Amino acid sequence: MQKMIFKNKNRITLISGILIIIAFISHFGFKNELLFELLLIIASILGVLPIAIQAYQSLRVKVVSIDVLVTIAVIGAFLIQEYEESAIVTFLFLFGAYLEHRTLNKTRSAIKELISLAPETALKLMDTGGFEEVEIEDVDVNDILLVKTGSKVPVDGKVITGEGYVNQASITGESFPVHKLIGSMVFAGTILENGTLQIQADRVGEDTTFGKIIELVEEAQDSKSDAERFIDRFSKYYTPVVLLLALIVWLISRNIELAITILVLGCPGALVIGVPVSHVAGIGNGASHGILFKGSEVIQDFSKVDTIVFDKTGTLTIGNPEVSEVIAYTDNQEDVLTYLLSIEKESDHPLSKAIIQFVGERKVVDVNKTDVVKGGGIRAQIDGLDILVGNHSLMKRENVQLSQSMLEDIDRLEMKGNTIVLVSINRELQLLLGIKDQIRPNVKEDLIKLRKMGVKKLILLSGDNQTTVEIVAKELNLTDAYGNMLPEDKAHFIEQLKKKGEIVAFVGDGVNDSPSIALAHIGIAMGSGTDVAIETSNVVLMNSNFSRLVHALGLTKATTSNMIQNIVIAIGVVLFLLFNVFFSEWMNMSIGMLVHEGSILVVIMNGMRLLNYKLRR
Amino acid sequence: MQKAVIQLDTLTCPSCALKIEGAIKSLDGINKESVSVLFNSSKVKVEFDESIVNVDVIGQAISKLGYDVLKTNVK
Repeated sequence: MQKMIFKNKNRITLISGILIIIAFISHFGFKNELLFELLLIIASILGVLPIAIQAYQSLRVKVVSIDVLVTIAVIGAFLIQEYEESAIVTFLFLFGAYLEHRTLNKTRSAIKELISLAPETALKLMDTGGFEEVEIEDVDVNDILLVKTGSKVPVDGKVITGEGYVNQASITGESFPVHKLIGSMVFAGTILENGTLQIQADRVGEDTTFGKIIELVEEAQDSKSDAERFIDRFSKYYTPVVLLLALIVWLISRNIELAITILVLGCPGALVIGVPVSHVAGIGNGASHGILFKGSEVIQDFSKVDTIVFDKTGTLTIGNPEVSEVIAYTDNQEDVLTYLLSIEKESDHPLSKAIIQFVGERKVVDVNKTDVVKGGGIRAQIDGLDILVGNHSLMKRENVQLSQSMLEDIDRLEMKGNTIVLVSINRELQLLLGIKDQIRPNVKEDLIKLRKMGVKKLILLSGDNQTTVEIVAKELNLTDAYGNMLPEDKAHFIEQLKKKGEIVAFVGDGVNDSPSIALAHIGIAMGSGTDVAIETSNVVLMNSNFSRLVHALGLTKATTSNMIQNIVIAIGVVLFLLFNVFFSEWMNMSIGMLVHEGSILVVIMNGMRLLNYKLRR
Repeated sequence: MQKAVIQLDTLTCPSCALKIEGAIKSLDGINKESVSVLFNSSKVKVEFDESIVNVDVIGQAISKLGYDVLKTNVK
């Protein structure tokens, strides 16, 4: 019986709506008062059933829910023979609930879409030797799975046979297909665009990178901010208070109609739903733009940020140094490059990578002896030649003579933000290389936007030398820049800023910067959703697109103000209704319920606007 | 102790969450601390003692309140 009523709630709503319409037609059209009252009585009884059952259920678990208030009000109206009121109020309440259900689903749609990317089945190698389609829950670590063209990779695992191109947009935000060969890692939720793979499962279900992302977003949308916790506690006591208030009004005024009107007006609907709606829409918008917020608290903190601290390499710059300029002081450049490559191949310095890449494939010669000179470079011997590869101070120390024009070249390249590498043979300078890490495209414009949004200080911290750091800072017009910083120095620096009362965000690439990311009020990890990044940070920018940061900040500000709007609407409506019930003639239960349900829809619609939030260019 | 994740049909009012929480906590064999009803994702997470209660009983307690249980997952 109960189940049937719940199942047919929508039908009940519809029927009671139709009954009310017929009732009014017979009232105004045919002046048939008996039919009018009879139809309204049926509509009231039908409509109050599902509400009353829910009220009873909630009282059983000691919760005074809105249903309780409405049920009492309707029964009261019924007893004083206000059938018109009782019928309309139940209908509006049910219809409102139906609309809320529909619109709320909309606000949650962005996150639902993300979840729908999760794989549900897999082709698993069975004991019989064939592949069979199984539920994703039935896949265990080390199972062998077949992935066909166009299907989703079901787990995190390693390719054991075959090759193909995989679109990893769901994990990295980067939709350019990645080539996967035997031994490559593949990730759950990514899509095999062509080829066929057999993979061995490493991590399954919630342990996969994608599973963690989903869990994170799901937890985030239901994590509660202080404001929400307050409203929760508030609404727990609010409904009983309304009940009590109505009772007192009735005892004093002996006016049942006034008392039950207060019951209806006092429903806290818009207030309790307004804040969560803003949050879920905001977090949903973020998720569909590759920004993961770890909870509602983060949104509020981030919207108030006044200092953003950046790591340099990999954050502001691409993190892949390249040789930008070469000047030769010899006719024998080819031999020098061969020597240089032979020496650099033995080093694992980041600059060596850039040089090896620049010189390209060529035959190497035997290096007889190499010494690493700390803070300087490398000294090597090839075929009896004494070769130095390193910075300016190494050349000075080794008494390599530099002409005036050579010194001018060095200055010029340094001013452009290059790190200088010099090569000399037998104390004569042969080659000058300028190596530069490119600043990410559009970073400058993005930083200007961040300032416009109210960020006061932009600070750069880097392990790189002070000159390079300052050049980047100058080019990007940063507030401050500090070089030669170890990870613990950065963390210490963040702590100092926090002590000064600033709200600090730290943006880094997630692995070596994790102490700072954890310490800052808002730790932001840029990168491709690595485990460390997901765990220590508050915000994850899914692919390394810097402009996401601007979107993220704008979104938190929009979400926070949306939330405030909703609170204002909700409280405003309750005050308006209560005022009118005492000081106006036209207020009654039906109008109260109409305004009330209307305000709930208004806050949901208002929250929904956040789903379409985009940065104005 | 087993842990269950129960997916419900869309929850529309935060007080529904309170009701469900109350109903589950009133069952025997439930780790009361662990009960969390996620309003936005319409999910219930709960730990329970499998020798006293099982996930079907929990599911029934919820559907008796008028909320459909779509999927349960125990581990």
